[in-house]
Order: sequence, then C-alpha cells, then structure tokens
Amino acid sequence: MKENAIQFLFKYGAIILLIAIILYFSSLSDAFFTYGNFADILRSISIVTLLALGVTFTLVVDGFDLSVGSTMSLSTVVTASLMVWYEMPLWLVLLLPLGIGVAVGLVNSLLINVIGIPDLLATLSMMYIVAGLHRTYTEGYSIYNNMPLTSGVTAPGQLSEAFLWIGQGQMLGLPVPVWIMVVMVLASYVVLSHTRWGRILYMTGGNAEAATLSGVNVKKVKTIAYIVSGVFASMAGILFTARVGSGQIDAGAPLLMEAVAAVFVGYSVLGAGKPNALGTFFGAAVIGILLNGLTIQNLPYYAFDIIKGAVLVAALAVTYVYAKNKFAKT
Amino acid sequence: MTQLLEMKAIGKRFGHVTALENGELTLAQGEVHALLGVNGAGKSTMIKILSGVYGQDSGEIRLEGEVVSLRSPKQAKEHGIYCVYQEVDTAIVAELTVAENILLDSFAGGGSFLLSRQNINKQAKAALAKLQSEDISVTRKAGTLSLAEKQLVLIARALVHSAKIIIFDEPTAPLSLTESDKLFSVIRRLSSEGVGCIFISHRLQEVFEISDRITVMREGKRVNTFVTEESDSEEIIEAMLGAALSHELEKELHPVGDDLLNVQGLSDGQKLKDVSFSVKAGEIVGIVGLVGAGKTELAKALFGAAKKVEGTVETAGRETRINHPGDAIRAGMALIPEERRKEGLFVHETLRTNASFPNLRKFSKGLFMNKTSENNFAEEMIDKLNIKTGGTETPLVHLSGGNQQKVAIGKWMSLDSLLYLFDEPTKGVDIGAKVDIFKLIRKLAGSGKGCLYFSSEIHEAIGISDRILVMCDGQIVKELSRQEATQERILLYASGGKEETVKNEQLIERKRDPVSV
Repeated sequence: MKENAIQFLFKYGAIILLIAIILYFSSLSDAFFTYGNFADILRSISIVTLLALGVTFTLVVDGFDLSVGSTMSLSTVVTASLMVWYEMPLWLVLLLPLGIGVAVGLVNSLLINVIGIPDLLATLSMMYIVAGLHRTYTEGYSIYNNMPLTSGVTAPGQLSEAFLWIGQGQMLGLPVPVWIMVVMVLASYVVLSHTRWGRILYMTGGNAEAATLSGVNVKKVKTIAYIVSGVFASMAGILFTARVGSGQIDAGAPLLMEAVAAVFVGYSVLGAGKPNALGTFFGAAVIGILLNGLTIQNLPYYAFDIIKGAVLVAALAVTYVYAKNKFAKT
Repeated sequence: MTQLLEMKAIGKRFGHVTALENGELTLAQGEVHALLGVNGAGKSTMIKILSGVYGQDSGEIRLEGEVVSLRSPKQAKEHGIYCVYQEVDTAIVAELTVAENILLDSFAGGGSFLLSRQNINKQAKAALAKLQSEDISVTRKAGTLSLAEKQLVLIARALVHSAKIIIFDEPTAPLSLTESDKLFSVIRRLSSEGVGCIFISHRLQEVFEISDRITVMREGKRVNTFVTEESDSEEIIEAMLGAALSHELEKELHPVGDDLLNVQGLSDGQKLKDVSFSVKAGEIVGIVGLVGAGKTELAKALFGAAKKVEGTVETAGRETRINHPGDAIRAGMALIPEERRKEGLFVHETLRTNASFPNLRKFSKGLFMNKTSENNFAEEMIDKLNIKTGGTETPLVHLSGGNQQKVAIGKWMSLDSLLYLFDEPTKGVDIGAKVDIFKLIRKLAGSGKGCLYFSSEIHEAIGISDRILVMCDGQIVKELSRQEATQERILLYASGGKEETVKNEQLIERKRDPVSV
C-alpha cells in the first residue's frame, strides 16, 4: 500500500502539483488563467529552459556543468558587441557566440577527460574563468546601442530590428522565444529518448566502465555532452540580448541555479528518476508558474527563493524516496 | 567433548534472495574445521554472521553451551571471535605501526585516553612471539608489510585478546607455498593451545592437510560434515557441486577448427609479461591462476581495455590492432567481465536496454531506436538462456546474480561474436545458473565459437576446458591438456612451483588421495 502510494506520487505527483497550483492561482485572480499570462510565463522561462537543457545533457552523462551561467553571460555581451562595436552581419552575430559555447565545452571536457579533474570542480573553475573573461571583455560595462566608448567616441552600431525580433517578436500567436524553446525541448527529447545517440549518452552516464567495455568511447561521448551544454548556454545568451535589447553583464549568473533546479525538479516527472528533456521543461514551468502566480498575489520578490528551494526539496524528496524503493537491494 | 561453538539452523535473507537456509556448524576446542563450498554456497554469510557483521534472521548460536547474540563485530570480539579476512588490507591501517595495528581494537574501543607506546610495543611483541614471528619489527609502518606479514599481524591482533575462535577466510589465496606452510604451522600451534579455527579455502589439498573436520555447504545449506581422516576428495567435491553440476563438468569433446585467436608476446608494461597462446574455433581454453595472477589483466588487455599493450594479436588469421574495446568488438570478441555489476551491466537499466546495447545499430532504423526489435531480442534472450525475470522492462538490480550473469553473456548474442572471454563467470552465481552457464559455454563452443575461460575455481575450469593454461605472476607458466590437468598440478604451477618441483612433489605425496574431477 505504502509502496503503491509512493509509485503513484512519483509518477504523477509533479503533474498533480502543477494542476493544483494552476487551480489555486486561478481561483485567487482572474488575471492568472489567461492566454496572455501563460504566453508571458512561457516567455519568461524560455531562457532558463535553454540553459537547463544544456545542464540536462551533462547530467545525463553523469557530469555536471556549472559553467553554463557564465557562458551565457559571455555569449550575451559578445552578441551585443558584435553588432554595437563591430557592426557585423546578422548571420555572424548568431554564429560566433555559438562558437564560444563550443569552445567552453571543449575546454571543460579537456579538463575533465584529459586532465582528470572531477566534473563539478572543473566546471566550477570554468564558471569563474568565463565570468571573468566576459567582464574583462566589456571592461565591466553593459553594451547598448551607440554607447560611449573609453576612447571618447560613441560605438557605431545598433542592435538590428531583425535581431530584436528573435527576443521580442511574435509568431503564430506566441512569442518567438517560446517557439525556440519548444523546438529545442522537443529536439532534445527526441534525441535523448528515442535515438541511438541518446541511448549511448544515458548508458555512459549509467555506468561508464560498462559502456567502455561495450565499445563506447566514453571520453568522446562526454565531450559531446559538454559541447551541447555550451551551445545551449550560448543560445540562451543570444536570446537574452535580443529580449532585453542590450548586452547586460552578469546576465547568466542568477539563472544558473534556477536552471539546475529545473533539471532536478524534472527528475520527478512521470517516474523518470533521471535527467530528461521534458522533465526539465516541466521543472522550469512549475517554477515559472509559481513565481508568476505569487507575483500577481504581491508576494515580495525577495521571498521567491524560499519558494524555489521548497519546490526543489519536494521534487528531490519524491525522486530519492522512490529510487530507494525501486532499486532497493534485493 | 563439549562444543566450543554451535551454529544451528541459521537462516539469512537479503530481500528476495535466500543466502542461508539452514547453516550449521560445530566447532570443538582446539579443532581446525574447514568450511567448504563453491562461490555462493553461503560460506561467507555464515562467517559474517559469526563475526557479527550480519545478524541472522533465524537460528541460534551457542558459545560453550550458552546462547549468544552477535549483533555487531564488537560483540563478536568481546566473545573472543576474531576473523582474518581474505582482503587483509581492509583490516590493516597502513599508516599505523605494526604494534598499533595489533592493539587497534583495545584503543579503538575506548579505554585509557593516553597510549603508552612502550606498553603497546611490548604487548605486540609478545603476541608476535607466540606466532614465532619476532622478525616483524613492531615499529614498522603496517603498510610496508607483505601480505603474509599482514595476516600474521591480524592473527596477533586476535591473540592479544585471547581469542577463542579465529576464522581464516581464504588466508592462503594470496600466499606463496612457503608462506602457506608457515601459516599452517601457526594454525597448528593455535589449535594445540585450544583455539578453535575455522578455515575457508578453495584448495582441497590444503584443507586435507590442515583440518580435522570438513563441513560442506551448498546453496545456503549444510550438506554434510566429514571427518577429514575418513573422507576423500571425490566425496567432498561431489558434496560441493551436487549431482547436476558434477554431471555438467564431465568431459565432452568438441570438434576443433582453425585458429581463431593467436596472441604473441603480449605485455601490458605492468602485470603481463610475454604472454603467447592461441584459441581454435570450437575450443574452450581455460586460463587458470590464483587471485592476482593476472587473469583479469589478460582478459582486459586482449579486449583493448588496458593501457599500452605490446605484442601481436591475430583474430581469424588477420593481425588486429586493438586499442579500445570498440576495436575488439569489431574484431569479433566479446568480454564477460569479472565484476559484472560494475563493468558488465547497467544494473539500474532495464533488461531490454542492457540486451541491445552492444549492437545498437542493429536495433535502430537510421538514428531512431526500434523498441519492437529490441523487445523481440530481449524476449528471445530470456527464452534461450532461461533467465528468470519479471519481463523485459525489469531493471537488472532485481535479478539474481546468476540471471544477471546470463544477461551479461546474452547481450553479445546479437553481434554473433566469434570469441568469448569469460572472466570468472561463475562468481557469485547459484548452482542452477552455473549449470546453465556451463551448458551455454559448451553450446557456444559446439557452434564453432572460441571460448576463453578465466577462472580461479580450478575444479570448474578442469571440468569445462579442453585445454588449460596456468597463469602465475602475469605469465603463462604451463599448458596442460585435459587429460594431464589435475587440481594438484594446476595448483603447483599456479603457485609458482616450477623451481620447487621436488618439494612440491613431496607435498603432494603427503596427501592420501589425488584430487581430480
């Protein structure tokens, strides 16, 4: 009986909780359950979700990428600077920051696979290094249209309309960032859960030793996971620049932990018990909806972290209690 | 004669697995009692219950007639029960001196706060003197001792506390012949002083040399207790294996084809030195050696899982460069590793995903996994190998050791590999599954595959192999045909006995019965 209750809670608990939250806030305010508000919520979680998808890939291979926040910050300012300082064409503006993500991923996997530093520590170091790089690059200033430069002149360029559309535009009734997020979530889901690559990623994370002895090049697989993570972080950075319309410094730092939380909340969705793309989206959504509803209820912003932490604890508790039961020593 | 120790009707379950159903053991004062059984028979569970590591679920333990409760290692020690484990390093603190190690329990368990180094050294010296091992300096760091010396330190630790019972858990496995002889004289001395000794070993020859009585266990039950003087090895082996397995280990001939694998001068720069051998199609080659002889290293080196391997490997007549297990798999090899939970399987994943993993391309259309064909393969495997499981979606943690092992073997079937490397495939596997595994290996050989069978279970290796290569210290020291192979000969070469031929022949003659299967 107790076991069945846990099974049920684990499988559907997160979804039941989400429905309960939605019903609760709907009953409190007419402004909550509207199309406009939900479009808003989705747009507000789109950047965190991209970041969290990257973290998901590294967690799948039993790694952990703490550098995604900094990578996003670097990508944000580089994207803005390419337009504002160097007036580059749009395709280069979109491509170069992704290159930065690849580079950070490569350095991460160099530290982890070649030198042998544990994942968490290697990416923690990279978090500092990349954060420092992005502040050095901008000399501590945010980048905006025609900003004054230290040389005394004003910067020549502006963020183009086409670029801003990525972050602020609408398409088929939904904000463009939401479309980007949906496409990326679905693509990650398909890759992780339904392809050979996904299987190799999960099995590598499940038991690297056994994967090696089954013929998998574990180092290569981990490298790819870190590159994917870096690319997602860069995409989040580009999106952030387009959304805000300037290259804010330290854009990614506060989003790192939120992304990590979303991934872990995602463990508890539909009995997965492991990192998964749909769960990650769901985790981001739960946190986003909760914060939105509480904002409408005038909860002060400084109390938000209590809510985020509580959601995370609840999700982790369900996940680990379940795992203890499911994999109990027989 | 009052019994020093009586263990009656001991039962122990781990989840759904019954480790002990009816464990019984009696021990008289001053007796050396051997506890025998194949892997998984329940010996170590019995020992762990006696030394307080596990509590029994049912049954009672009497010490000198009194019922005692041994619920922690500390309680067991208070009753004078000490254990010398096979992995001596887990019980020795390398950074402490020999004397501190010998007296570890007395100060780890409280007592006076200040330690008198002089006092400790004196007590330790006295204990070592009882073992005639004064040559071990009590001020040395324990980490610098040899394995044999570490064992003596552990025995001395038991003596300091006037142990009544000392359990020796495969003490001779890592020892050379001379070291073993010395240990035996220590055991004899202990028993003459009235200490009851429980002796676990896989080497029948030693058991006959040292023990007064022998208790054989199988599948968690006591099969029989023999008086050593009145029994012979065939009787004991029959009792250990049971009729089904004995039958499976009878000689059977396969037609043998061309060379499938030819290895020349293989070295890994560490353990392996200049290993050369070949395996033919349809042949089962046993590679036998003691623990630490380099069998696992050889299996890994062949499979490309070791660093820096020198030498040439030919598979099916073509020279092959194997730098990664991927290369080995492409060359038609399959490895069933020794540590199946750690190296062979994804225990938290389902049977289906484990089964398909070595050959994902076969189970995917383009990039997408085809779950139907995965399922069909898993079903086929469950059926063919007689795997007991809830279904294809059951995580492997819920399967017994034997059934897990069948998955570890069966997952290679989709590749139709030519050469199978089995590294201790019967470790931790129950008798029923063992019989199935032997049948499976025979069947593979019968269908023209080559099999390499790495094992330290000598009687099993003799039973299954067409040819036996004996390993010692990273080298192949002897090749024996099936007719030539006997337990003694293998053991002799496996313990590095080449140079000591004369002495060993004497040793063998001390035995009344030749041991063979």
